[in-house]
Formats: sequence, C-alpha cells, structure tokens
Amino acid sequence: MARDLAAIAAFALTVLAITAWAESGVLLTFVTMTLYAALLAQSWNLLGGYGGQFSFGHALFFGTGAYVQVIAQVTHGLNAWLALPLAVGAAAAVGLAVGSLTFRYGLKGSYFALVTLAFAEVFRILAVSVGFTGGGVGMMLPLKESFATMQFGSRKGYVVLVLGFVVAALALTAWLRHSRFGARLQAVRDNEDAARAVGVDPFRAKLGAIVLSGAFMGAAGASYVQMFQYIDPSIAFGPATSVEALVAAIVGGMGTLWGPILGAAALHALAELTRNLFGQLPGLNMVIYGVVLVLIVTFVPRGLAGSGQSLRERLGRRDG
Amino acid sequence: MAEPLLGLAGVSKSFGGLRAVQDVTLEVAPGTLTALIGPNGAGKTTLFALMSGFLAPDAGTVRFAGADVTGLPAHRIARAGMTRTFQIVQPFAAQTVRENIAVGAHLHEARRRDALAAADAVARRVGLDAHLGKPAADLTVAGRKRLELARALATRPRLLLLDEVLAGLNPQEIAEMIPVVRGIAADGVTVLLIEHVMQAVMNLAEHVWVLAQGRLIASGTPAQVTADEAVIEAYLGHGTARRLRSRAPGAGGAAGPAAGPAFAGGAPR
Repeated sequence: MARDLAAIAAFALTVLAITAWAESGVLLTFVTMTLYAALLAQSWNLLGGYGGQFSFGHALFFGTGAYVQVIAQVTHGLNAWLALPLAVGAAAAVGLAVGSLTFRYGLKGSYFALVTLAFAEVFRILAVSVGFTGGGVGMMLPLKESFATMQFGSRKGYVVLVLGFVVAALALTAWLRHSRFGARLQAVRDNEDAARAVGVDPFRAKLGAIVLSGAFMGAAGASYVQMFQYIDPSIAFGPATSVEALVAAIVGGMGTLWGPILGAAALHALAELTRNLFGQLPGLNMVIYGVVLVLIVTFVPRGLAGSGQSLRERLGRRDG
Repeated sequence: MAEPLLGLAGVSKSFGGLRAVQDVTLEVAPGTLTALIGPNGAGKTTLFALMSGFLAPDAGTVRFAGADVTGLPAHRIARAGMTRTFQIVQPFAAQTVRENIAVGAHLHEARRRDALAAADAVARRVGLDAHLGKPAADLTVAGRKRLELARALATRPRLLLLDEVLAGLNPQEIAEMIPVVRGIAADGVTVLLIEHVMQAVMNLAEHVWVLAQGRLIASGTPAQVTADEAVIEAYLGHGTARRLRSRAPGAGGAAGPAAGPAFAGGAPR
C-alpha cells in the first residue's frame, strides 16, 4: 500500500512538473485529455477490472454527473464547487439504483453489459424528451472564467482539477488492492460461488463497486462540463464515452493499478499520431486505431500493464 | 448424544422430475468426524448444497448451531460457522495462494495484514506454506485440493463440509492428505466428508451415512455400513449381496470384516 501511494505521489508530481513547465497549448491539451480519458478508464476499471462486471453503458453515470453539474449552476444558480459534490453524489446514486436492480437478480456477463447499455440509452432519450435538460439542444454553461466558477483561464487549471480526481481514483484502487472490501470484490470477480462459500456477499461487493465507479464517472462528467461549457444528450449518454472508458481500461490492463492510465496515454498518443500523419485522409486514422486495438487484444490480452507477463508466456510456450 | 451441531429434518429437493434428495434426516454431533458416502449421482453434493445454502430445500428444515438456517443465503451460513469446499476445485485462479486463503480469513479479520497473517498460519496447517506466493493456477491438483481446504479453514468454521477432497489424488497424495484432515478434526473442528475413497472413510470417519438415489439407506460405523446388504446392492446392483455371500461361504474375516468385498477396490468411480 505504501509503495502504491508513493508511486501515485510520484506520478502526480511528474504531471504537475510537466504542466508547470509546458508552454505549448498542444502539449497541455494532450495532458488534459489524457488525464480525462484516464479518469474514465480508471472509473470503469473499478467495476469492470476489479469487480468483473463489464459495463457498456458507463456514460449513464458520466451524463448524470454532467447534467447535474450544469443544471445546478444554470437553473438553480449554485456555485460550481457546490454543484460538484451533487454531481458526484447523483452519479453514485444512479449506480446504487442500477446496481440494486441488476445485481439483485444476478445479472452478469453480457446480460449486465446489455442492461447498462439500455439504461444509458433510456437516459439519453429521457434527456432529449424532458424539459429541465434543455432537450436535444443541450445546455450551455455561461462562460465566466474565474476560480469560483471552476472555469480556468488556462488549461493548467483543468489539468490540476482532473489530476485531483485521477489521483483520488488511483488511491481508491490502491486501497482496493490492500483491503477486505477489495479482496472480497476480486474474489467475487474470480469465482462467485467460491466467494459465497467463504462468507462473501456478492451483492454487497458488486454494489459497492458500482457506486464507487459511478461516483468517479460522475466526477468525469462534471469535469467535462467545466472544460467545454456545453452538454447535450448524445455527448452525455451516447455510447462514445462508454466505449472510451472500457477500451482504454482493456488496452491498458483490467484489474491493474496503472493499466487504465497507460491505456489512456497510449490511445491518445496513437490518436494524435494518426491524425497528424494521415490528416489529409479522413477516416484512415480510425482504421489504424482499430487495427492497433485488435493487435493489442490478440497479442497482449492482459493489456499494456501485463505485457511483460504475456510476452514471457508467449516465449515460454515457444521454448517448451 | 450432545445437542447436534447440524440437524436436517425431512429435507427434500427436486429438479424437475428428478428427486435428487428425498426426506433426509440426520444429525451431526459437535466434535465428530463423519462421512457421507453413496454411488455417483446419489445426491451427496446436492445435500451439501442444501446444508450450506447454495440451494434451498423444497421441504424440511436445516438447523445449525441451534438456529434455523433453512433457505438462508450461502454467505450468511458461512458467517454462522458452516463452510463447504467444492468437489471441482474453485480457486481464485488469478490470485496467489496467500490471497486466496486471505479471502476466507477476511471473514473474521477486517484488516488486511491480519488476514494475510492468518492465511500464512492456515497454509502451514495444510502444508501449503511453500507455495504461498504462487498463483493458484500454477498449483498441482493436490495443491488445489489443499488450497480449497485451506480457504475454508481460514473462515474458522465450526463445521467443515469437505466435498471429495481426496478425489483425483494418487495414493501417495491421499496418504499425505489424510493426516491433514484428521489434524483439523483434532483441533476441534467438526468435519463432515463426502468421500469416494473408502480407504479414507474407513480410516477417518467414526460415523457414516449412506445416500443412494436421494435417500439415506444406512448409517452406522464404517464397518457396519460396508457390511450392510442394502449398501452393497446400491453400489453393485440388485442381487449382488446374495451372490457375494454364496460365493464366499464362511470366508468372513479374511480381509477384515470392515473392508467388505464390494469396496476392496477403493474408489468405485
């Protein structure tokens, strides 16, 4: 635990140092967006990687956090910093509700994935239909740059904000690796019957995981609103965010501390690279992106964080 | 007989038209080492599942340590002090041996450090201490059986239900495992075994129940049940008891009365 926390502190200081030193907007944008993707991936990892429950609809929590963040400020005139805990709490509450419904009836595997996807779609359609979300037009956060409104003049402010959430998510993940709750959660992931036989309540373990996962996803949604000052139903609840969260976690390595960070960084670096190299051929960058994904899932099934182990096994098999 | 630790009364369970367990009544006294035997498909594992909360009985009651636990979920029964193992071992394959056992130890130890220390102590008891850092997936069959036992033992159960911990082991491994099981019982844990390896049942159990086609057909000491005609016929088919008797006139005691001819071969699988 102490070693994990030291590594997290070193990571945070490195990012802060880069941010302080960086002058170019391109680099700062890259750091911000990578951290943001890492936050999505680490949230998904809490439930998918450590709990073994693969959600395809994590945008559900993201969108809830985003909408609460903007509605609390625009409609109810709340301060952004006061809206933030509401956004996080609302996303966690949605996690509690969805988890209670699905895990109570023992939904797992592809059924759980489909139900989360369906919930996200239902929320997207609701957000289009009801009045208080502004419907399909979406909602705009009035641009007013100041610390009090959580709208920072420089990208550096957003780096610090999102980095704070990423560090919190990492610390929580480190705790999962060294605590009773985490041990029980991973036991349920690896073998639910064996876990029950030694006194683990699978329902409580999974419910705890989805609430924590939802809370961090809500924080990501709130951060999104603060960064871009705009949200609409497709951005909030559409599948893009769900996919981004799970792909980065899977590419980086599910059920590891650093995998989601590595995955987010690798995917963003790849996206930048392909965009710059093949910018004149729109769509080609997505093709390359997809090919790399297939290669990683095929040859490094444990993700980047587990690539050493995958490599050793591959070589060992050839020798034996 | 003292107040029973576990008491089943009229327990039945059907799966569609298959009556897997029918009207089973038995009592396990505290501090005993007993066994449940029967041919394949007799319903032994189903009965274990009914005791431990993995299945709810259609009829009848399960009492444990003075409380009615009928239909309680498995984790609640484990917390009450009854822990089962699985015939087909169920390790947390991605985790190390120490982490596997610690999951059991966490039932009573909230702190990670205490649970890991308890896991080390349990591993020593079952002879797994040399493998603590290994992934569970890398263990041999015998090692996985020990892990199954260790994880259950780490919950500090009052009653341990062992489902064929010797199945799949070679004679050497069986000989090593038997003292481990006996040691657990000697430490005061009540043990109920499902076992096919008759050598072990004869060696370990002080009382045996025989289940065939979902019904209890005999109970008694190992010597009594292996001499029981109904038991021999359940294993070897109708009429065998009579044939065996006529073929070996007056040969009683040759192989010891305990090991009836029906079971000389060990595991009837």
